[in-house]
Amino acid sequence: MLAFVVQRLLQAILVMLVVALISFSLFQFVGDPINNMVGQETTTAQREALRERLGLNDPIPVQFVKWVANAAQGEFGLSYRMGKPVAALIAERLPATIELVLLSALLALLIGVPMGVHTGLRRDSWLSRVFLTVSLIGISLPTFLIGILLILIFGVWLGWLPTFGRGGTVDLGVWETSFLTLQGWSHLIMPAFTLALFQLTLIMRLVRAEMLEVLRTDYIKFARARGLRERTINFGHALKNTLVPVITIMGLQIGALLAFSIITETVFQWPGMGLLIIQAIQFVDIPIMSTYLVLVALFFVLINLAVDLLYYAVDPRLRVERAVAAI
Amino acid sequence: MATRPAELEGLPLGFGARLFDGLRRFFDGDVFYSFRRSPVTVVSFAVTMLLLLAALLAPWLAPHNTYDVASLDLMNAFRPPAWAAGGDPHFVLGTDDQGRDVLSSIMFGLRISLLVGFVSVILAALVGTLLGLLSGYVGGVLDSVIMRIADVQLTFPAILIALLIDGIVGSLLSPAARRDFKIYVLVAAIAASLWVNFARTVRGSTMVEKNKEYVQAAKVIGVHPGLIMLRHVLPNVLGPVLVIATLSLAIAILTEATLSFLGVGVPVTRPSLGTLIRIGNDFLFSGEWWMTIFPGVALVLLVLAVNLLGDWLRDALNPKLR
Repeated sequence: MLAFVVQRLLQAILVMLVVALISFSLFQFVGDPINNMVGQETTTAQREALRERLGLNDPIPVQFVKWVANAAQGEFGLSYRMGKPVAALIAERLPATIELVLLSALLALLIGVPMGVHTGLRRDSWLSRVFLTVSLIGISLPTFLIGILLILIFGVWLGWLPTFGRGGTVDLGVWETSFLTLQGWSHLIMPAFTLALFQLTLIMRLVRAEMLEVLRTDYIKFARARGLRERTINFGHALKNTLVPVITIMGLQIGALLAFSIITETVFQWPGMGLLIIQAIQFVDIPIMSTYLVLVALFFVLINLAVDLLYYAVDPRLRVERAVAAI
Repeated sequence: MATRPAELEGLPLGFGARLFDGLRRFFDGDVFYSFRRSPVTVVSFAVTMLLLLAALLAPWLAPHNTYDVASLDLMNAFRPPAWAAGGDPHFVLGTDDQGRDVLSSIMFGLRISLLVGFVSVILAALVGTLLGLLSGYVGGVLDSVIMRIADVQLTFPAILIALLIDGIVGSLLSPAARRDFKIYVLVAAIAASLWVNFARTVRGSTMVEKNKEYVQAAKVIGVHPGLIMLRHVLPNVLGPVLVIATLSLAIAILTEATLSFLGVGVPVTRPSLGTLIRIGNDFLFSGEWWMTIFPGVALVLLVLAVNLLGDWLRDALNPKLR
């Protein structure tokens, strides 16, 4: 057990170091940081002094170690374009993205699971066919097109919902939230639904497949033979057993939501992390790009580490396989 | 085969005969049978072919040449589709802000989308298959390294990988180089986000194949390991590669469209479907919906058809489901 945990931790650290190296090399290869910071009138002597002061004359390995040490303390430098600390910019944008991703995940679960249960239980009903057709379209429609369609229908033609920005937010000190005002909700609902649709179809298909699988098992037949009520069998026994894989996939899919939020935020001009990174890429704002890279990698590495460890705790077979492989 | 003269028995077939034999076996075979039996697949195939032809023959079929700036007339800008009020029968699906014909733009855009899609999938399939073959056949440290990289990469969504590679490498280029090389960076980025599926599948099948007797026999008579991999193992692991390639094509086209929509994909001078949608999106609020919706419909049709074909192919090539 300990060996496995240590191995996974070492791997996680290795991945983070590689990502850090890539981020760091971005600074080395893309232009001269001094040129990006000073104006035209700065003399060569002043430039040299600044170079020395910033430690840019140090050997590259020394610079890398310093960079990692700074990054570990949340120091990522100044944005070239906006001249503000990257850490502050990200802290300002983070709540918008987290609220969007959170609501989308909830929507996907609350709509996707019942749809999956229905299509699993009543395979041949007309509603199941509708759900399955819709899910096929949901998978083939790119996220940005869904957003554009929603904007066109509800924003432009019907004029019911606002189409960009967060609208009225309530400032809770460090956190600006959309959840406390009706206007905030009206701005949030379209982007959240856009982001949720793909995950929703994924969850629906997963629950359906799992339900079909579970309903064939012996303990469900036995429950039927005992004369339990349909309701108890379907929800008390079958559904409960389908939820373990659903929760696992959902955990992993939070990462995908983060990636797709870049697209949703661009479509709806939602002032979150995604919009920040897209603008940074367009304006070659290296400090923001490299910070985003490190943060995203950290996020994914942590999720994977957690999932790996959870599997290990939950599934005894994995432990046996590891032991056999070790011999 | 029964019609061959007795004296030719055992000799290799000529190319023409082999082609004919192969075609006959294909049309008599159960893959073609299951194709004929599935109306959805036949329709998807027809739609895919139609879009492919429209893209290939765009310079000859398209009503207008959208790359020819001289032919544009701003007086024709913002025309709605021909059937709407104010529409012009010369521009069936309307025109954009520059007076470009939307239908022609879509046909030329399809070319770029399909080109990027096909080239990146071929690249990903080549690299992935080769690495998977090596990983599965050689094993050991090489296998661990390749599969670890694959594991790490699989945890990131493809779109994020393509976006970051495209953004980072794109930022390394000077503005002039970016204009000229951007499309290669884009193809490489999409291929880099897709190779893992190929590598993992091929590795799995290779590990099964390499313990079979024909491989053992080849080893015993001293065939070079590289030759065993390419001549003997490779043909036997290619079935799933075809399925993954088809499904990857849909993903690649979507990824390209998404990146172009985000403004980091193909250069605006040669717009793809995604670029067209982005340009149209700027005019959505003033009611010029056709500039966005028609390229969007083309994109969805293409992706849906390719996805359905891939699904069918997966089932048709799976012996367990026959």
